Amino acid sequence: MTSHSHDEDHDHSHLDEMDVRVRALKSLLIAKGYVTEGALDEIVETYETRIGPRNGARVVARAWCDPAYLDRLRADATAAIAELGYGGRQGEHMRIVENSADTHNMVVCTLCSCYPWPVLGLPPVWYKSAPYRSRAVSEPRAVLAEFGVTLPRDVTIRVWDSTAEMRYLVIPTRPDGTQGWSEEKLATLVTRDSMIGTGLALSPEAVA
Amino acid sequence: MNGPHDMGGMQCYGPVIPEPNEPLFHASWERDALALTVAMGATGMWNIDQSRSARESLPPLQYMSSSYYQIWLAGMEKLMLERGMVNGDELASGEAKIAPVPVKQSPDRERMRAILAVGASAERPAVGIAQFSPGNQVRAVNRNPQGHTRLPHYIRGKAGTVENICGFHVFPEATALGRQEAGWLYTIAFSAADLFGQGDHTVLVDCWEATLERA
Repeated sequence: MTSHSHDEDHDHSHLDEMDVRVRALKSLLIAKGYVTEGALDEIVETYETRIGPRNGARVVARAWCDPAYLDRLRADATAAIAELGYGGRQGEHMRIVENSADTHNMVVCTLCSCYPWPVLGLPPVWYKSAPYRSRAVSEPRAVLAEFGVTLPRDVTIRVWDSTAEMRYLVIPTRPDGTQGWSEEKLATLVTRDSMIGTGLALSPEAVA
Repeated sequence: MNGPHDMGGMQCYGPVIPEPNEPLFHASWERDALALTVAMGATGMWNIDQSRSARESLPPLQYMSSSYYQIWLAGMEKLMLERGMVNGDELASGEAKIAPVPVKQSPDRERMRAILAVGASAERPAVGIAQFSPGNQVRAVNRNPQGHTRLPHYIRGKAGTVENICGFHVFPEATALGRQEAGWLYTIAFSAADLFGQGDHTVLVDCWEATLERA
């Protein structure tokens, strides 16, 4: 096996090209006064440090612990999520979809990559790619199997295609053996994939 | 438009391959691409529907062989060129050569923070009552607009049940053409068997009233 294939060389030169091109674009757009360095820094900082799946995990943990909060999420998810300080771009119209013993929800955007940024951050590459976008709606069980998830046949699967500005957050089922856990500890069980619907929340054994 | 971006139900793309411990950005240019795209979007020179339209109307070979952020950059360049905000020479050289077009705003850091925090609601004051109610049987109209649409091909001509009235939302087919129009938006539940001839699951799709008829 070669340590550095021709394909990798090809990729490197394409990516160096992108590097040069984007640096040129950035200086051009700043020079023309269209964007400011400050705005660019703010965007990067927001999505690298302030917004990510830990936000959604807190929403889920609170929903598990607090029935009144869950009711508020059901009535107006955007407002309830905002109670925790999360909201804004690509989360203006939130809806929760709840998993249960007989229902499993999955979220996709077949047309592009729409995703609830304020609670989950930026979407992973697989979510934005052709295999998931094409097959989540037509063969969700096969897609789940690729994520190592097998659901019993009697579990109904509901796949939500985010074709408008509604953004969907899956509330995974609360794992067994977590009675009395604090919200903070429960949040550690909530994976990003469990809030998209391609995974389940972790069991206590998994984080022990 | 009917194009390669409208992927629901396609069978040719192989398995989903998640990358273990995937980094947020695979290269620093991707980080810049995200920031530039969001910042340019904030200038108010185009809306999100025009932005999606620009991406999905890239030449098919380019769309299919580009990474996500490459598509974003190509779409953004297209939008800027269309509006005379940059020219090809500038894009090639990275140097400003023509006068900038006046933009609606060029936010500083603080303003950008506010923009990100508030977002942009797609809801508008309702005009007219919603024609459909939860439980109604409706059919997605078999229409094939040349321009931007959020009606995926795999539901056109198919019947489903109204699951929810989402609200009165900006209608992308119009806003992508620069026209302000809004309509009632519904979540419609379709059976996989009806859509794909197989499967035991339900597919829920958000559809505007203009794209639905009573079934």
